[in-house]
Amino acid sequence: MSNYTENELAKDLENQEYEFGFTSDIQADKAPKGLNEGIIRFISAKKNEPEWLLEFRLDAFRKWQEMTEPSWAHVHYKKVDFQDICYYAAPKQTKKYESWDDVDPEMKETMKKLGISLEEQKRLTGVAVDFVMDSVSVATSFKDKLAELGIIFCSFSEAVQEYPELVRANMGTVIPVTDNYYAALNSAVFTDGSFCYIPKGVKCPMELSTYFRINEGGTGQFERTLVVADEGAYVSYLEGCTAPQRDENQLHAAVVELIAKDNAEIKYSTVQNWYPGDKDGNGGIFNFVTKRGICGTNSKISWTQVETGSAVTWKYPSCILKGDNSIGEFYSVAVTNNYQQADTGTKMIHLGKNTKSTIISKGISAGKSHNSYRGLVQIHKGAKNARNFSQCDSLLMTDECGAHTFPYIECKNSSAKIEHEATTSKIGEDQIFYCKQRGIGEEKAISLIVNGYCKEVLNQLPMEFAVEAQKLLSISLEGSVG
Amino acid sequence: MITIKNLHATIEGKKILKGLNLEVNAGEIHAIMGPNGAGKSTLASVLAGREDYEITEGSVDFDGVDLLEMDTEERAREGLFLAFQYPIEIPGVSNINFLRTAINETREHKGQDPISAKDFMAMVREKSKLVELDPKLASRSVNEGFSGGEKKRNEIFQMAMLDPKLSILDETDSGLDIDALRVVAGGVNTLKSEKNATIVITHYQRLLDYIVPDFVHVLHDGKIVKTGPKELALDLEEKGYDWIKEEN
Repeated sequence: MSNYTENELAKDLENQEYEFGFTSDIQADKAPKGLNEGIIRFISAKKNEPEWLLEFRLDAFRKWQEMTEPSWAHVHYKKVDFQDICYYAAPKQTKKYESWDDVDPEMKETMKKLGISLEEQKRLTGVAVDFVMDSVSVATSFKDKLAELGIIFCSFSEAVQEYPELVRANMGTVIPVTDNYYAALNSAVFTDGSFCYIPKGVKCPMELSTYFRINEGGTGQFERTLVVADEGAYVSYLEGCTAPQRDENQLHAAVVELIAKDNAEIKYSTVQNWYPGDKDGNGGIFNFVTKRGICGTNSKISWTQVETGSAVTWKYPSCILKGDNSIGEFYSVAVTNNYQQADTGTKMIHLGKNTKSTIISKGISAGKSHNSYRGLVQIHKGAKNARNFSQCDSLLMTDECGAHTFPYIECKNSSAKIEHEATTSKIGEDQIFYCKQRGIGEEKAISLIVNGYCKEVLNQLPMEFAVEAQKLLSISLEGSVG
Repeated sequence: MITIKNLHATIEGKKILKGLNLEVNAGEIHAIMGPNGAGKSTLASVLAGREDYEITEGSVDFDGVDLLEMDTEERAREGLFLAFQYPIEIPGVSNINFLRTAINETREHKGQDPISAKDFMAMVREKSKLVELDPKLASRSVNEGFSGGEKKRNEIFQMAMLDPKLSILDETDSGLDIDALRVVAGGVNTLKSEKNATIVITHYQRLLDYIVPDFVHVLHDGKIVKTGPKELALDLEEKGYDWIKEEN
């Protein structure tokens, strides 16, 4: 008989360490802590920005000051002291990288530790990567190859310098600065991020990818991503995130805007593995992110996310289905362990006729964590024959964790068809026993069962990402059955 | 192969096995029969290592090692296989992935390299024929949406893939029609060799028309109360279990 007691299980769980908890020793060019107009002007000047962008920031800042932090989410945390954060930290070596060889070896080492050796990726997978460390984008690979097709894929700062009109015409059009507290904050202080433009009729031949990493202590990360797929264009975009292990809470407040023009398609995949805090709930990233896309006629936006990290996650990648026949999809796996809290879901706003949306959400709670799905399906008056299918499943690994579902449906057109399915289950002792009887150890059994449970979502990820996501799920849940 | 001595087991304080003795040698098929509640399925669960049961007395020697000291997965890797009475569904996990993981865990345990994809697929084709399992089922999720008969065939298919030393079939005949029964039994008979052994747990004599046992044991009130040749099963069928109960 096994002597593996609950106590040992608990011990295993505690000892399970965050794999990516290293810091890189790259001297940072940091702004002093605190937030005021002076800091915003400092950031803007540092980035050599045009006047209109400085005005955009200042306007956002003034509006932000009048807003209050939202408290409706099912999460509890010590409020962030916005004056105790450093809003700009660039790795000191600020010169532009002409080629991959110019990149600081230590930075490369960082990437290697993340398991995302760009060199390898370049050779093996042909993924173009933009790497954002702290606040500044440090390397964009494959630029020349993409340029031949007219595809622009670069850091946000570079886009501001090189393609100011494209940026100005699109930024803030999907997520206005006043959209919410964190989006306003981001609009005021964002330091970098990624920009992507796919011209008319072009299908981007490779996955575009951005890796975000918070490295400096006491900093926040506020990146902005803007993806524009012009008429008939297609792009698949990947985003990965990690951060070092620290006792303090660090703030990550990003804004991601997607614009799919008529007949265009954008597939946006995220594997989020920010530091989740330790076993007692100390430290970890506050991940307050606003992501939204807008669809033109016959276009499609698909969000896929695997969320395993962060102490607190507040995130609702959404679709505005403005064009007729447009499609919005949201596939999500959210894992919480120890004291992690996640309140995540989506909004599907149906404006056009024959618009369709699909929501598949899989929550997995372990330890003492809380995992909430929050979703809104809104059918507007003109959205004739709109369709929605939502499925929200929760899997509980212990008796001390919680799963919550908050689905909201607002329907103003009687021709709409809306389906909602929800299940809650506890990981089956019988399933684990069955696996073990076939010779499969407990850890691997849990990993198999959980991956099976998430399969519909993982299937949506590009191959390399799916493998990474599977590994992450296993790591996040090691020894977590109670 | 396996020697069970004076085995006592309880669940939630309730005594189920009360001093069970059984010896099975390589190359043999043993049938264990008995009325409902006699402890048949408990015996299967205890041997496989289900943790709900507490062993209060006795020993089990499995090919020279102490079975009761091993975890469930170790027992499996050492060659003990249980065909479940109610096979479990694992949504989203393909049968193939499941079996490949199982085989490789066992190979790793024995210090062998993982099986190659080519060899594995060849084995899947060969073994699925044995139980006339639709190859499509091999790529479907483990037991999900399988009919009762398909689930039982899948158990024997898994048994064929894992090639165990000792197989315990727990009420494998329950819920099977006569055709499925013949197929399942055919699989078991084909897999029989001088090196392995089988314990067939059943309520009815019917299965034993197809899987012919070397010995029949009658389990009653947590103990084996009668052992005999295959004809004993026929007597039981004729006289019912009350005959045994009266004798004890």
